[in-house]
Amino acid sequence: MGLFVMPSLGSDMESGTLVEWLVAPGDTVARGDAVAVVETQKGAIEIECFEAGTVQELKAQPGTVLPVGAPMAVILAAGDAAPETDALPEPEQEPQPLSKPEPAAEPAAAPARDTTVPAAAAGAVAGAIKASPAARARAAELGLDLGTLAGSGPGGAVVLADVVPGGARDIGEPASRLDEMRKAISAAMTHSKRTIPHFYLSQTMDVQATLDMLAVRNAGVPPAERVLLGAVLLRMAALAVQKTGTLNGHFTDGVFRPAEQVNPSLAVALRGGGLVAPALADVPAMTLDEMMFAMPDMVSRARAGRLRSSEMTRGTITVSSLGETSGEVMAGVIFPPQVALIGIGAPQMRPWVIAGGVVPRTVITVTLAADHRVSGGREAARFLSQFEVLVSQPEVL
Amino acid sequence: MTQPDMRALFLEELTRISPDIDPADVSDSDHLQDDLELDSMDILNLVTALHQRLGVSISEADYPKIATPGFAVSYLSDAAGSG
Repeated sequence: MGLFVMPSLGSDMESGTLVEWLVAPGDTVARGDAVAVVETQKGAIEIECFEAGTVQELKAQPGTVLPVGAPMAVILAAGDAAPETDALPEPEQEPQPLSKPEPAAEPAAAPARDTTVPAAAAGAVAGAIKASPAARARAAELGLDLGTLAGSGPGGAVVLADVVPGGARDIGEPASRLDEMRKAISAAMTHSKRTIPHFYLSQTMDVQATLDMLAVRNAGVPPAERVLLGAVLLRMAALAVQKTGTLNGHFTDGVFRPAEQVNPSLAVALRGGGLVAPALADVPAMTLDEMMFAMPDMVSRARAGRLRSSEMTRGTITVSSLGETSGEVMAGVIFPPQVALIGIGAPQMRPWVIAGGVVPRTVITVTLAADHRVSGGREAARFLSQFEVLVSQPEVL
Repeated sequence: MTQPDMRALFLEELTRISPDIDPADVSDSDHLQDDLELDSMDILNLVTALHQRLGVSISEADYPKIATPGFAVSYLSDAAGSG
C-alpha cells in the first residue's frame, strides 16, 4: 500500500484532525483494521486501512489538521519498497485507498476529485486566490469576495470554515461540534439542491401484516432477540431498491454508476441536533438477526462519535425513517453522490378499505426522492410497488 | 430491592443507553419517548439491559407500563419481587 493518506469521507470534507494513532511502527495490520482516529465535522471517525501490511512510519502527529490527501503514515505490504513521501500526492491519487475495498465504494471516492481536492491544489488554478471549491461556492452564495477573507488552509488558502459574513472568522473561538456539523450538512445539502434535479413520488401502504408478524415473533422471545419495525422496513427498502437498478449508485463526473451492492445509509439524528448517515453493507444479504445486531451497534457509535471510515463512504442510497412518533411524510434531500433517498414516515392508524369494507389499519407513507438525471417516474413507481408488495407479504423475509 | 434502589438502577441503565441524559434532571413523570427522546431502538436496548440485570423480560405489550421512570420502577419492583 505504501503511503497512507487522509481519506475523503464525503464530498464536503476538506480536512481532518488526527486525534490518535491506534497502531505503532512495527505493527502488522489487516484490511479493515482501524489505524487512526480522525476528528471531522461529523465527529470522530475511525480510519480503516484497506490493505494488509506492516506499519513502517507514522508521519503525522496527533493534534495536526491534515487536508484530504495529506500523508499520514507509511504502511508497507509484503515486498513493498518505502515510497517517496516528502511531497503531497497528486489529487488523483487520494481516492485510491478508498476505492480498493469493494466495487461499491469506488464511486463514493470519485467525487473527491471534483469537490474536495486539497485546498492547496485547488488554489493553484491559474494563479487565482487560493480557495477550496466548497469555499468558492459558499462565498458566491453569500456574495463575498474571496480576496477579503483570511485563509486558514494550507498556504493561506481560503477553506469553507473561513467563509463567514464579515470576513475573517474569529480563530480564537472554535465553533462547537454542532456548528461544524451544521456547516457540513449545509454544504452538502446546498450542493445537492443546486445540482440534483429532485423529483418525488409517495405512496401510503398498509403495514399491518408486517406489524402483526413482528408482534407474534417478538412475543415469544427475550428482548435481545426482538426485531424492530425499522430493521424490517430497511431490509424491505433495500430489496425493493435492488429490483430497481437506477436508484442505487453514484452520479459522478456526469455519469451514473450503478452499485453492485445495496449499502443503505441510515439517517441518524443525534441528540442535541445534527445528523449523520453511516451505511450498512449489502443489506439484501443480511438476515434480520444480523441487522438487529448491526443497526444498534452503528447507531450507538454514530451517537458516541465513533464511526468507521468505510461506513461514511460506502453508502449507495439513503433511508431516512421518522420513527414511531414524528412526522407522517418526509420528502428528503438526496445525499450526493447518491441518486435517491427513501423517506419512511411514522406509522399511523387510518381507516383503510379492504374488500369493500372500511377497517382500521396501520399505514406508512413512503416517499422516494430521486435524481431526474438518472431515473424517472416509472422507476420510482416500480420501487414503491415493490416495497408495497414486500410489506404486504412480510413472510418472504 | 427497595424502590429507591430500583429507581437508581433504572436511571443507571437509562443513562448508559442515552449518555447525554443527566439523571438529576429526570423526573418520575417524564415520558421516555416524548420527553427524554428515546426512540424504539433505545427502548429495546433499555428493555434488553433490564432483562439482563433483573431477569425481568418486559413484553412489547407491557411497554406502556414502563412509559415513565415512575411507572417503570413500580412495574419492575412488582415483577422482580414476584420473581
